[in-house]
Amino acid sequence: MIFAGIDVGGKNVHIVITKDGTILAKVEGPTGINKAEAAEKLYEEALKKAGLKRGDISRVVATGSSGSRVAFADGVIPDAAADARGVIKLIPSARTIIDVGAEEGRAIKIGPEGRVLDFAINERCAAGTGTFVDTMSRALEVSVEEMAKLSLQSTRSIPMNAQCAVFGESEVVSLIHQKTPKHDIARAVHDAIAGRVSSVARIVGLEKDVVMIGGVAKNTGFTESLKRDIGMDVNVPDDPEFVSALGAATAAATGVLEEKVEAKVVEKEMIEEGKS
Amino acid sequence: MAKYKTKGLDCWNRAKELRAKYYKDYKEAHDRGALRWEGGAWSFDAIPQALEGEVHGLTEEPYGASIGANPELQVRYQEAAEGKWGCARDLCAYLRNYWGSIVLNEFAYGGEWPKADFIFQNHICCSHAKWLQVAAEIEGGNIPFFCFDVGAGAYDKIGERQINYVVEQLYDGIDFLEKVTKRKIDDEKLIQNVKNTYDSACYWAKACELNQAIPAPLDEKTMFSLYVLGTLEKSHKDIAHFYKDELYPEVKDRVANKIAAVADEQCRVLGDSQPPWGFLRIFRYLEKYGIVSIASLYTFSLIGWWTIDKAGKLVPYPTLEEQGITIKDRDHALRLLAEGELKGKLMWVPFYGAKYKNDIITKIAKQWKCDASIIHLNRGCEGTAQHQMEMKIAVQNLGLPVMTFEGNMADEREFDEGRTTRFIDLFVTETLGLKKVAD
Repeated sequence: MIFAGIDVGGKNVHIVITKDGTILAKVEGPTGINKAEAAEKLYEEALKKAGLKRGDISRVVATGSSGSRVAFADGVIPDAAADARGVIKLIPSARTIIDVGAEEGRAIKIGPEGRVLDFAINERCAAGTGTFVDTMSRALEVSVEEMAKLSLQSTRSIPMNAQCAVFGESEVVSLIHQKTPKHDIARAVHDAIAGRVSSVARIVGLEKDVVMIGGVAKNTGFTESLKRDIGMDVNVPDDPEFVSALGAATAAATGVLEEKVEAKVVEKEMIEEGKS
Repeated sequence: MAKYKTKGLDCWNRAKELRAKYYKDYKEAHDRGALRWEGGAWSFDAIPQALEGEVHGLTEEPYGASIGANPELQVRYQEAAEGKWGCARDLCAYLRNYWGSIVLNEFAYGGEWPKADFIFQNHICCSHAKWLQVAAEIEGGNIPFFCFDVGAGAYDKIGERQINYVVEQLYDGIDFLEKVTKRKIDDEKLIQNVKNTYDSACYWAKACELNQAIPAPLDEKTMFSLYVLGTLEKSHKDIAHFYKDELYPEVKDRVANKIAAVADEQCRVLGDSQPPWGFLRIFRYLEKYGIVSIASLYTFSLIGWWTIDKAGKLVPYPTLEEQGITIKDRDHALRLLAEGELKGKLMWVPFYGAKYKNDIITKIAKQWKCDASIIHLNRGCEGTAQHQMEMKIAVQNLGLPVMTFEGNMADEREFDEGRTTRFIDLFVTETLGLKKVAD
């Protein structure tokens, strides 16, 4: 049977289509303002890539901060639940998941079956998220990819503030004015974010194996900083930004239709009250 | 088919009436030649209410909470406090609501801000120490102000010396009251007010104790509307009567007849801190999963008095009758009042360290047979937010799953309802492994 998982995040939409547990297609695109439309468009693209029609898909499950906006989905699961399902499928020995996306950094403790035992999320702060990395790369006038490479060249540790993206940016500017080499600043930024993320992870407790997913997991400069900070190895699966969508597709294979109804009701109530 | 039978409380409307009358009386006090005073929910209202003649108080926290329950009003009041008065946004959310109401000269229950004749306040947290002093300045600066300190130590450190420390200040307070109002303290009224305070505080605790029953006769969302009367004027005879002769017998009857707060109770939750008042519907959302929030240090002991018995169990503080005490005179009344507040009000334990809070929380979780905990990390109240993460660990060490969510008791700008319901869905379906029981 064929299933689809759709992860609608703050910055990007990720879609994975699977057949008997094997990935047939995966696509990625910006979420934009109209999240439902973005999901719809990318779903068509994913189907085309897989050479399928809508009717070929047995079930679609959405996740992510705007998962409930996917009108054509048969079910919705919470993002951390999708993370857990995706990670346990790829790395069965995983017990701690660190997912850093554009708008959220979260840590999830999971059991051997992939059940979520505890979770912690940096709720109302850009520090410790991909958005923080983007902001700092702009301040350094390099791409995120370049910043990652630069960071790996540094052997020097410079403490900086990561409690606030605005103050963090000011510090980067100050370091530039002090003529601090860019690679040292890049490492300072990653160390600071790693400190922030690891403090969230310590809330749930760090247990081997630690797996990092989400877009920021592709930033090797950051993952090195995180390893240093927690003193443990960090496993990063291939295409870490698609793991949540894969988890949603895995959930689609097991069926979660009941939760869709609930998510819809909440969204309707919020829209009626002007809080969408 | 529901698991248990359920029904609304018979005394619900009476609670609403008492609350409405309290604010109406305060607003109209001057029309009747009565005195008005401002203070806190922990201000030992038995004392100013013992002044001769008619006296009405306005307690700051419940007033701030009422505004918090009205998102439109609270945003306007907070923006007034922040924009017009320059109040920092990270200060107590109740305080900002309260100050904003004065800045706009608008009483949330209608009409202009009803200026007080005097302020009778106590120090407990950082905000309470200055709240009404600044309020008096915003109101024009000519309101006589008295503040006493109750930071004498945790419940197990209270002896004669600590009681004397507070009682001596209460005598100063009486001098202040008599001087600024030109009225005398009526000792008969004072003695009756202290008796009423004991009844309110002890019978609320007794009603909470009954929530150990399965199914729980009360849910926290309902309890919020019941304990509030004690935060308004627990020394008032009608309020003492409500707790002793209306609520407590009714809850007892519900337990005897297995009348549940939530018909499909399948998971009993321990809470913490004030809830986000404008979004109490999250409790109803939990009920769809058969989850009922039944207990918290906050709900139990904001007004309730408790003690630890010889077996180490948390039990309601004994009433004066149960202690066989008849109040003899003013001094006796003041000493009993100070003793009850200092020894019985466990809501103050977080101010003395995580060890105290965790000890009480652990007892509640065990005795009330909690299955999980949902903790509101409340950005609106530094006092009740103390040691919340330590509490999480303590509860997890009991083997209970814990969920936290960030929010603010009275500032809707700091609460994300969609995200919170996402967390609830995750926690309930994944960590607790529960399914919905109702739509």
